[in-house]
Amino acid sequence: MITIPADKRGLTFLDDVVAETPGGERLVHCMQCGSCGGSCPNGPDMDHTPRTLFALIEAGQRDRVLKSNTMWRCVSCYSCTSRCPQNIPITDVMYALKRISLREGVANGSDAPALARTFTGLLDKYGRSFEFGLASRYYLFNKPLSMLKMGPLGLSMFTKGRMSLIPTKIRQLGQLQAIIKKAKEMGGEA
Amino acid sequence: MPEKVGIYVCHCGSNIAGTIDVEEVAKWAGENIDDVAVARDYKFMCSSLGQKMIEEDIQQKGLNRVVVAACSPSLHEKTFRRACQNAGMNPYLFQMANIREQISWVCQDKEVGTQKAKALVCAAAERVKRHKPLEPMKVKVNPATLVVGGGIAGLQATLELADAGYHVYLVEREPSIGGHMAQFDKTFPTLDCSACILTPRMSEVGQHENVTLLTYSELEEVSGSVGEFKVKVRKKARYVKEDLCTGCGICVSKCPKKVVDHDFEAGLGHRPAIYTPFPQAVPRIPVIDTDSCIWFERGKCRACEKVCPTNAIDYEQEDEIVELEVGNIILATGWKLFDCEKLPQYGHGRLPNVYTSMEFERLCNAAGPTGGKIVLRDGKTEPESVAIIHCVGSRDARHNSYCSSVCCMAAMKFGHLVLEKTKADVYSCYIDLRCNMKDYEEFYQRLLGEGMHFVRGKVAEVTEASRTPFENGKLVVQLEDTLLGRQRRIPVDMVILMGALEPQADSKEMGLKCGLSCGTSGWFTERHPKLDPVATMTDGVFVAGACQGPKDIPASVAQGAAAAARVQSMIARGVVSIEPIVASIDEDRCSGCRVCNNVCPYGAIDFNAEKEVSVINTALCKGCGTCVAACPANAISGAHFTDEQVFAEIEGVLWDAGQDEGQAPEEPQREADSVVA
Amino acid sequence: MKYAYYPGCSLECSSAAYDISVREVADVLQLHLREVDDWNCCGATEYFSQDELTACSVIARNLALVDPQLDQLVAPCAACYLNLKKTDHLMAEEPAFGAKVNEALAAGGLHYDAGRVRVRHLLDVVYTDIGETAIRDKVVRPLTGLKVAPYYGCQVVRPLNSFDNPEHPTRLDELFTWLGADVVNYPLKSHCCGGHMTQISEAQAFELIRRLLQCAVENGADMILCMCPMCQLNLDAYQRQVNNYFSTSYNIPIVFFTQMLGLAFGIEPGKLGIGKEIIPIEPVLRAKLSGATA
Ligand SMILES: Cc1cc2nc3c(=O)[nH]c(=O)nc-3n(C[C@H](O)[C@H](O)[C@H](O)COP(=O)(O)OP(=O)(O)OC[C@H]3O[C@@H](n4cnc5c(N)ncnc54)[C@H](O)[C@@H]3O)c2cc1C
Ligand code: SF4
Ligand code: SF4
Ligand code: SF4
Ligand code: SF4
Repeated sequence: MITIPADKRGLTFLDDVVAETPGGERLVHCMQCGSCGGSCPNGPDMDHTPRTLFALIEAGQRDRVLKSNTMWRCVSCYSCTSRCPQNIPITDVMYALKRISLREGVANGSDAPALARTFTGLLDKYGRSFEFGLASRYYLFNKPLSMLKMGPLGLSMFTKGRMSLIPTKIRQLGQLQAIIKKAKEMGGEA
Repeated sequence: MPEKVGIYVCHCGSNIAGTIDVEEVAKWAGENIDDVAVARDYKFMCSSLGQKMIEEDIQQKGLNRVVVAACSPSLHEKTFRRACQNAGMNPYLFQMANIREQISWVCQDKEVGTQKAKALVCAAAERVKRHKPLEPMKVKVNPATLVVGGGIAGLQATLELADAGYHVYLVEREPSIGGHMAQFDKTFPTLDCSACILTPRMSEVGQHENVTLLTYSELEEVSGSVGEFKVKVRKKARYVKEDLCTGCGICVSKCPKKVVDHDFEAGLGHRPAIYTPFPQAVPRIPVIDTDSCIWFERGKCRACEKVCPTNAIDYEQEDEIVELEVGNIILATGWKLFDCEKLPQYGHGRLPNVYTSMEFERLCNAAGPTGGKIVLRDGKTEPESVAIIHCVGSRDARHNSYCSSVCCMAAMKFGHLVLEKTKADVYSCYIDLRCNMKDYEEFYQRLLGEGMHFVRGKVAEVTEASRTPFENGKLVVQLEDTLLGRQRRIPVDMVILMGALEPQADSKEMGLKCGLSCGTSGWFTERHPKLDPVATMTDGVFVAGACQGPKDIPASVAQGAAAAARVQSMIARGVVSIEPIVASIDEDRCSGCRVCNNVCPYGAIDFNAEKEVSVINTALCKGCGTCVAACPANAISGAHFTDEQVFAEIEGVLWDAGQDEGQAPEEPQREADSVVA
Repeated sequence: MKYAYYPGCSLECSSAAYDISVREVADVLQLHLREVDDWNCCGATEYFSQDELTACSVIARNLALVDPQLDQLVAPCAACYLNLKKTDHLMAEEPAFGAKVNEALAAGGLHYDAGRVRVRHLLDVVYTDIGETAIRDKVVRPLTGLKVAPYYGCQVVRPLNSFDNPEHPTRLDELFTWLGADVVNYPLKSHCCGGHMTQISEAQAFELIRRLLQCAVENGADMILCMCPMCQLNLDAYQRQVNNYFSTSYNIPIVFFTQMLGLAFGIEPGKLGIGKEIIPIEPVLRAKLSGATA
């Protein structure tokens, strides 16, 4: 592989994405074949297919990429990753793009970023996820109207004993929170 | 005579000088290495001026040893040895240090590069001082040639040589010659009938007085070297006596057993247990497939024996080893198709109407199982739509990262045949269309005109799971149409997978037998990718056709002819010199223990019972050094690779070892210097 | 055979049926599962979307808590399985990253050496470590006549898979033929159930769910077998909403594969969490598997 020395090359958006992704160096090998775009179950719901997103990254279209809903429509099914003929860790690139767009405050995946935040907020608080808490909090703050629609579902889950109204907490919550605090400090994420 | 060494460090333009301070290396060598009479650097050592410089120094300064630090010896060792010889020096008193491939092309730090260059130059100088003058051995070239593989490339090579009056042994693994071309219907880009252009060649070869055809045979062993190879070929038992069989085919028509033909018919047709692969086979002598024959399976039947008018059937026949002597070898073993089931998302083997390209070749072949009718697996329904998937197992880092180069064109050939023979719509789903030889772009233009649909996108999957009534009962090809940036689902009746061309499964083994290597993709490696595409690193062994890399018929034919031309030039020379790099046994030291006789991988060591010593047959010895290491009496030494030379080279590389600690380099322990003549 | 066991949050409540049946089946198969003490949530996909280091540190706490005497960890949930495996993998592949994770762990007094624990999915353990003969031996109530659609989903077979084909997995199919069931062709068996898209883009999620239901019904399945709580939840709990949305009338029960495995081993339905599914499986069992109803 021919590498251009860093001093001869201005750092591009592509470099940022590569740096944020484990194994991201492969991204420069994308040949725009479309295996990923063809495989993605959520392709029709994205404003750019994953392949198009990579073309936009290559073209330095930082804004269009970070404001895209594409990565927020990714559900980590790994279909793209397991088929990419260039061994590009596409799902991990999607995670990287989510992180960059959150960090830069431009995330535009409608409700997905909020869901992510609510989920990890509960994790930080209890050490376990809390489905009732997640659903009520997320819907209350983000889609109060849909809450009504979700009613019957919650009720049937409840009557089948599949929804609890009280969260479980882990015993050593302090330990987990210390780990999280330290990791966030090191990762630079507030 | 004291050694006077000349050292020449090449810039290779900026290839070397860009990462190595060549002036510094030359200056340092002149000042620090013992016995150096002259040390220079020069822009291009391989240029005539560079060579002249060496010649003049030898003559004027009385050099008797020369080191050139430049590129790989495989490129220019010959050049510089010739220069030394022109100036009256023995060419084996020359040594090359490879500071380009081994340093400048793989190193970015100039300081480190320069340091390493000094080490390699020092190593070469220390070694060359201990070189002995050697004389190349002369070998008469046997005018007979072995060609392995009877595809179009091998056939072309065979005919060129046979027509020129030389004898050719053509070894083919299958019961008939012809290779893949025999399975095709039409050939791109001209669409002429494959059989019509191939079978005349096949019968010409079959009848040629200068050709010995060994079909249903495989190469067992190769020994010797250029000019005088000895070859053993296994002729597998056909169970039919070749001298008696007239090729009437009565046995074939009367055999009660029918099995699926996975070879020639790619699983689409059947053949009897006694068969010739196809009607125009050369030779027309059938073979019995013992895995399916009733007699071999259950001890009953013998119908073929009863009907054969010339009593040619022989159930007792055994494999036969044929020994041949040839001067040169041409390998033309071709390719095999990628196993498309390795990509389950395309459904081959699971979804009946998904075909491989070779299955489709048989399907549309007038002489094939359906008589050339393009129908689905049910044998009767004509497809209303066909999708052709490109790059199946090619351009895919998980399988083969290379482009198979012919499948785009073959896909368009299929498109044409479907459009011509049926009313179906045809979709080509491609990543890039590769149509870059003569008349290929024109063929693409023609298919555009014929209405073939081209969709740019690598297919994600082929599925029978429908989403809409419109898709019911169809195979749905799902992909991103990358030019639209949208997912598309194309419902079709038939899917054709353009599988990759891959090296033969036994190519590594074949390479080992003949002394060639395979590249990372498994294709045989040519001597030079641009300037010497049919020769190999082993003198007298040539490659032709797709065994060297994926290629079309015209290129395969051109290589077959080129390889034959190279062989003819060897034959015309009559005598070739070979490297005198062989082992020799000191009779006085040999205890006659015979350990070496068994370790030699080339069977080059015999025992002289009278003198009670072992003797090396220099014609067979490849100078590998196995015996040198094995001899308990230290009686064997390898010319040009003596212990003394190798140790001196190691010491040279380590010239600065221990310098950090301010110590002088330590003398490495060595033993048995006395072996060295 | 002894393994550490990581049930994961879903198995505590919404997918308790999976947990209960796993434990019952493990008893029969003599798989000793020791629950990781005081385990925490794996963060699903949500932490990776925000902060990779925190995501991995949270997950690595669980790996660090695995009993030092055990070197294999079984996770029945697809997301937990992948997260645990991925974290171990990342820490091993990129030692510098591994060191950072350990720095975070150290804040809680913990440490984990990448590669120490081999993370396995339950199906792999049942298929590979127990194997055909032992399983056939335990079958007392063959599932003869039951038409099952084996559904693998995404995260178990992709991407760090080592025990089955990511495009066309077959282990669950094979397992159920050992139990005597009639395994139907299920071409969408490794397609996506929509994951958390139900929360984000309902129409899209419903379409993915509908396809899976439709494909199973078309192929004559009596039920869909799941190996992931998310898949089970989406296909089961949302089935009625999907019907409302598309005016369809799917009514196909969705169960965990361990529940059916337990039935084949003769365990009482009540002990396997049967009845907790929203689309009841009881009618199918009554019609096709006499003696297996509560
Ligand atoms: C689907 C498809 C369609 C194609 N259509 C066209 C076309 O229309 N036009 C075109 O120009 N090209 C076409 N090609 C390319 C064409 O097939 C090759 O160019 C051609 O076959 C190369 O010829 P070859 O003699 O090198 O190899 P092959 O045809 O593969 O012949 C090699 C021969 O060597 C024999 N052999 C192999 N190993 C051994 C061994 N160890 N010992 C003895 N014998 C051995 C084999 O049995 C075989 O007979 C097509 C390729 C594909 C995949
Ligand atoms: S599958 Fe891989 S190579 Fe193809 S477009 Fe997607 S990322 Fe690029
Ligand atoms: S992993 Fe994400 S981007 Fe890739 S196919 Fe699945 S949903 Fe699409
Ligand atoms: S003996 Fe074998 S080959 Fe001959 S006719 Fe019988 S089955 Fe065929
Ligand atoms: S020739 Fe065409 S189909 Fe074949 S590998 Fe190359 S690009 Fe793909």
